[in-house]
Amino acid sequence: MKLKISVTPLRRGTKVDKVTLTIDNIKVEVPKDYTILEAAKLAGIDIPTLCFLKGINEVGACRVCLVEIEGARTLQASCVHPVSEGMVVKTNSKKVRDARKSNVELILSNHNRECLICDRNKNCELQSLSEELGIREIPFEGIKTEAIIDDQSFSIVRDQSKCILCGRCVNVCRNIQKIGILDFVNRGFDTQVAPAFGKSMADVPCIYCGQCIVACPVGALKEKDDIEKVWDAIENPDVHVVVQTAPAVRAGLGECFELPIGTRVTGKMVAALKRMGFDRVYDTNFAADLTIMEEGHELIDRVQNGGKLPMITSCSPGWIRYCEFNYPDFLENLSTCKSPHQMMGAIIKSYYAQKKGIDPKNIFVVSIMPCTSKKTECQRPEMNSTGYRDVDAVLTTRELGKMIKQARIKFLELEDEQFDQDLLGEYTGAGVIFGATGGVMEAALRTVAEVLEGKVFEEVEYTAIRGVEDIKEATLTLGGMEVKIAVAHGTANAGKLLEMVKLGEKQYHFIEIMGCSGGCVTGGGQPHVSAKTLMNVDVRAERAKALYEEDRILPIRKSHENLQIKKLYEDFLEKPNSHKAHELLHTHYKAREKFPTTEACCQEEAATTKDCMFE
Amino acid sequence: MSKHILMKENFEKLDQFIVMQKDKKGALIPVLNEAQKIFGCVPIEVQKKISEGLNISLAEIYGVVTFYAQFSLVPKGEYTIGVCLGTACYVKGSQKILDRIKKEINVEVGKTSPDGKYTLEATRCIGACGLAPVITINEDVYGRLVEGDVPEILKKYE
Repeated sequence: MKLKISVTPLRRGTKVDKVTLTIDNIKVEVPKDYTILEAAKLAGIDIPTLCFLKGINEVGACRVCLVEIEGARTLQASCVHPVSEGMVVKTNSKKVRDARKSNVELILSNHNRECLICDRNKNCELQSLSEELGIREIPFEGIKTEAIIDDQSFSIVRDQSKCILCGRCVNVCRNIQKIGILDFVNRGFDTQVAPAFGKSMADVPCIYCGQCIVACPVGALKEKDDIEKVWDAIENPDVHVVVQTAPAVRAGLGECFELPIGTRVTGKMVAALKRMGFDRVYDTNFAADLTIMEEGHELIDRVQNGGKLPMITSCSPGWIRYCEFNYPDFLENLSTCKSPHQMMGAIIKSYYAQKKGIDPKNIFVVSIMPCTSKKTECQRPEMNSTGYRDVDAVLTTRELGKMIKQARIKFLELEDEQFDQDLLGEYTGAGVIFGATGGVMEAALRTVAEVLEGKVFEEVEYTAIRGVEDIKEATLTLGGMEVKIAVAHGTANAGKLLEMVKLGEKQYHFIEIMGCSGGCVTGGGQPHVSAKTLMNVDVRAERAKALYEEDRILPIRKSHENLQIKKLYEDFLEKPNSHKAHELLHTHYKAREKFPTTEACCQEEAATTKDCMFE
Repeated sequence: MSKHILMKENFEKLDQFIVMQKDKKGALIPVLNEAQKIFGCVPIEVQKKISEGLNISLAEIYGVVTFYAQFSLVPKGEYTIGVCLGTACYVKGSQKILDRIKKEINVEVGKTSPDGKYTLEATRCIGACGLAPVITINEDVYGRLVEGDVPEILKKYE
């Protein structure tokens, strides 16, 4: 392959100075910028934590990780206390155990302890901690936090009565996503984690990425449950229910059944879906290939015909909402392509319905997604190109896990099965890698490179744009032209990149942005991973491996070589970006005001009441 | 929200102040203090302006505003009545005084009367323990009160 690629990873430096300390009579040598918690981990000592979330929430708020330090007046929070030379620490004295227990008892005293019927039953960090600490009674009686439930949005439900004020959601939203929808409001016992002005999640510039849900150790934040809607459709004999699964789901679902992180469960997932009673089981990857055809040709057209550049990918609905609220100047830069599952829905209700002779009004499309934002995306009024909703219900990976359990399917014992193969069944390796940051870019390049160079490349792996660095850049020579690309994941990085573009510091032709750090594999709809596990594993990389593995074993790895995609164009869509393709597969965006105020005040930019939600 | 406080000139004053504070660390509190002074309160329109100016999320600003008692989301009344519930005043019966004021002006603690006349606040110790129990009405201080004194005092502020 002739492509020249240069990469500039942005990395932090590491310190090498070390100190020696003693923890529970074990001598351990660690870098001097370590906390006691990190040092203990290195020594194989397990200190319990609750509010701690590595790299996201290191604030010492919950006082569960208390340890005794020789010479210190009081117990100290090990998650924030730095190590020092000669320090002597006890993590398991009676004083420490009693204090931890009291602190958790206090947290539990005003917690809504309806564990049996909680969404996080058996998967709750507070529940586990309470069990590990041997808490058998709550000696503190008092007022409970009022159960205010906000279920107004299509994506995220908040239950104040379960919130333990750990701040994990606050900090993931404020620092990792740089959005800041949730924060601590009020004071003392009345303290809550909530959006500004007591607004619902439906009325704030939330992008519904669901990273707050993933960060929540308890049941205070969860996705809007659509499980019953889907069971009802399956139960109805008049409805033809088609299910599609996003690439990242296969890399996460296994964790719902205690499989190691990054286990690829494609075959078992398909088998389970068939047993659950779906009439057709397809892979969204087919539509990912279709996206590449549309988006790739859109890029070529923009480059060759002086269209708006840089073109930015549009697969991630969280990113789209972020752009609509925060960077309306860039709306024209967004590819007009719908996200793959919406394309799939539109094709199912047109091409598929036609070929199968089924009235689209009797088709119910379910998308299994690693994403909570797609629940809101599928409700956007414009997502109905056939006259029917492209997609009727979106379930998260977690919800699918629950449904499989409800159906009492022995997931681990299932024999692998294949997706339905007719019409929309084929997919390539390019489609699979959509689920990881850099994947959409790589998939697009596999096609765009061949179209522009007019020849076939043997090597298809663009490893330079893989991995979890904040912002990745590369320059390629395609068809005699220098093409500059960039990849960003997580909206903080997206914002950083767009600011550079805005100021003219950086120029690109093509940018991939995904709303969640790591891309869809670590989307807000993926299974919860405990804070303890997150200390040891980079889930983003582990789950991405599963996708790159599937890419490698597939016979076809370029979207434009997908035979059923070719047939779809021959029989139905004519060619990429045709009128029909535009009607079904493309969409538009609109600037949204962050906090519309109805009151007309005398500000220069008079606050208008733009429609902020989807009526 | 009464419209007259959201005047263009008020927003211009706020803008000027934000520009001065913008790049300083910990700019939020001084800006909020100034906003409270300019507008008499910090409603959503004002907080939005601060959010844009300082590039801090609205939720964070709202969090700070609801944490500190000196900030108010709605305009305060013409007269702010503060009843000290500090230890000395409390043991000298300030709760009774507070209850009587509530009854007389028909306003709950922390609220403002619909006509915009009175705001009633229960305060922590104001440092006038020698005069306990103490109330303040705007800048005026009244001490060594008994419940029966309340109607007479309020008459001055009708």
